[in-house]
Amino acid sequence: MIFAARSTVLRAARSQLHPSRPIFAFRLSAVTRLLSTLAVLEQRGGKLSASSLSAIAAAQKLGGSVTGFVAGSGVKSSAAAEAAKIKGVEKVVAVENEAYDKGLPENYAPLLVNNVKNGGYTHLIAAHSAFGKGLLPRVAALLDVQQVSDITGIESEDTFVRPIYAGNAILTVQSEDAIKVITVRGTAFQGVETEGGSAEIVDGSDPKAESTTEWVSEDLAKSDRPDLGTASRVVSGGRGLKSKEEFDRVMVPLADALGAAIGASRAAVDSGYADNSLQVGQTGKNVAPQLYLAAGISGAIQHLAGMKDSKVIAAINKDADAPIFQVADVGLVGDLFEKVPELTEKLKK
Amino acid sequence: MASSLRILVPVKRVIDYAIKPRINKTQTGVETAGVKHSLNPFDEISVEEAVRLRERKGPLKVDSILALSAGGAKCADTLRTAMAMGADKALHIDVPESADGGPEPLTIAKLLQGVVQKENINLVLLGKQAIDGDQGQTGQMLAGLLGWSQATQASKVDIKDESGTVEVTREVDGGVETLKAKLPIVITTDLRLNEPRYASLPNIMKAKKKPLEKKSLADFGLEDKRRLKTIKVTEPPPRQGGGKVEDVDGLVSKLKELGAL
Repeated sequence: MIFAARSTVLRAARSQLHPSRPIFAFRLSAVTRLLSTLAVLEQRGGKLSASSLSAIAAAQKLGGSVTGFVAGSGVKSSAAAEAAKIKGVEKVVAVENEAYDKGLPENYAPLLVNNVKNGGYTHLIAAHSAFGKGLLPRVAALLDVQQVSDITGIESEDTFVRPIYAGNAILTVQSEDAIKVITVRGTAFQGVETEGGSAEIVDGSDPKAESTTEWVSEDLAKSDRPDLGTASRVVSGGRGLKSKEEFDRVMVPLADALGAAIGASRAAVDSGYADNSLQVGQTGKNVAPQLYLAAGISGAIQHLAGMKDSKVIAAINKDADAPIFQVADVGLVGDLFEKVPELTEKLKK
Repeated sequence: MASSLRILVPVKRVIDYAIKPRINKTQTGVETAGVKHSLNPFDEISVEEAVRLRERKGPLKVDSILALSAGGAKCADTLRTAMAMGADKALHIDVPESADGGPEPLTIAKLLQGVVQKENINLVLLGKQAIDGDQGQTGQMLAGLLGWSQATQASKVDIKDESGTVEVTREVDGGVETLKAKLPIVITTDLRLNEPRYASLPNIMKAKKKPLEKKSLADFGLEDKRRLKTIKVTEPPPRQGGGKVEDVDGLVSKLKELGAL
């Protein structure tokens, strides 16, 4: 079954490389196995999540064939159809079953393991989102594989680059596992063309494992603003904002003027100025927008971990010695309650 | 099978969160000798939550809180800290130190699986990630190996009834989500779950008398085999501050110049 997905042309080419060996010998050697990637795509209500496209971008960078994977109710005509249009995707494996709508790892992991084994994939990739973080290590353990988390670079099919110690060190690591299970940092893998492809949609196998966990409810912050993880501009507020009222009064108009997403430091989130989901940093979101504007943020190691790959960093802070100024491309020392509204006014013009 | 909680809290000794790590000369890892270490911040939260479950006197009594750490001799200090915070006993899995960090998450997960079975554990509380490796895998891997429910990035844990129903609110992209499961369960903790206590001096003294058992990976039929080979560890590309501007007009024109506006 491992050969089912391969084209006869490639098979012929490969048997010429080792004409004396029977074809099934390839299966034993990771080196000669043809690279094929299954990219797990997250969907909600039939729509693909923007962050999960980074799994496709990384898969394309690896080379070899790229197959998308979607599961949930009625996905074939919605999320899978959307995935099939992505340029470079050869096939989309879809499993229609409402049991997978909430992406619970307890039943989603056996589902993935089943499909990875059936398809003979060499690589399994998902975005390092809440969904991917919860799911992929469980899958890796079931496959007896040591996962590589949150990669920012691909050196070869088995060698990956990832930040450690809150981005203060960069680790290059080589995986010896037969199947590479990887989560990718969304900001490092972008540029998927969502039109122009015409992949075939096929049914995946469904082991119908029961989830021992039941989804009860969710409370998602609603916003018309661009998504923090993928926004091209982010304005972020810290402890210097002093209260939730001030945070909203000062930061929201600035974000509106720039068409930016709003982020926050841990101090601002812990003090209740902003929602938890807006936290930027080692333990919150990683962002890498064109412009990151930090107001009232000192620039602790843990915060810098989440934003120092931004193209341009601007900082407004009244403390001229704040560490944020060491990474900011442009810094303004001053009272943010005065400078930010002034900036907002000038940007509107 | 519930009737009481037998909690396992795996903890890791890591370079203190406030310290900027330095890469060693051979580019094989981070300089750890002579550097301040402490309990991984997320693990502190796990220990705190275990102790609070006992203090809360919910529908299920906490029978025992076992802290576990795998690593070099100094892990014993980390375990004493956990016991000073309220863990009852500790298990130190002695693993020789190496430059490229401790055993891989998969090995730790297999170790924890063995401990869970041996100690009849029904709740494992882990940090959502260690701040050195930043991998965020161990809890999920353990849940997978055990076939248990998992609730990651927990910001609220509530034991609902005597039959062991657990409700967990977790931090997800864009907000929170609430899950319900029956014990046994693996929960990984987020920063928002609680504010860890400081160990008081009397409790630190008491912790010295609490039992600390030492074992090896081999006792659980495991070895510290690495599936991932460290090729190199390097400094991230340095980022130079671009200097300061005088006023808001200067800021706007500099941003235009940089193409950010």
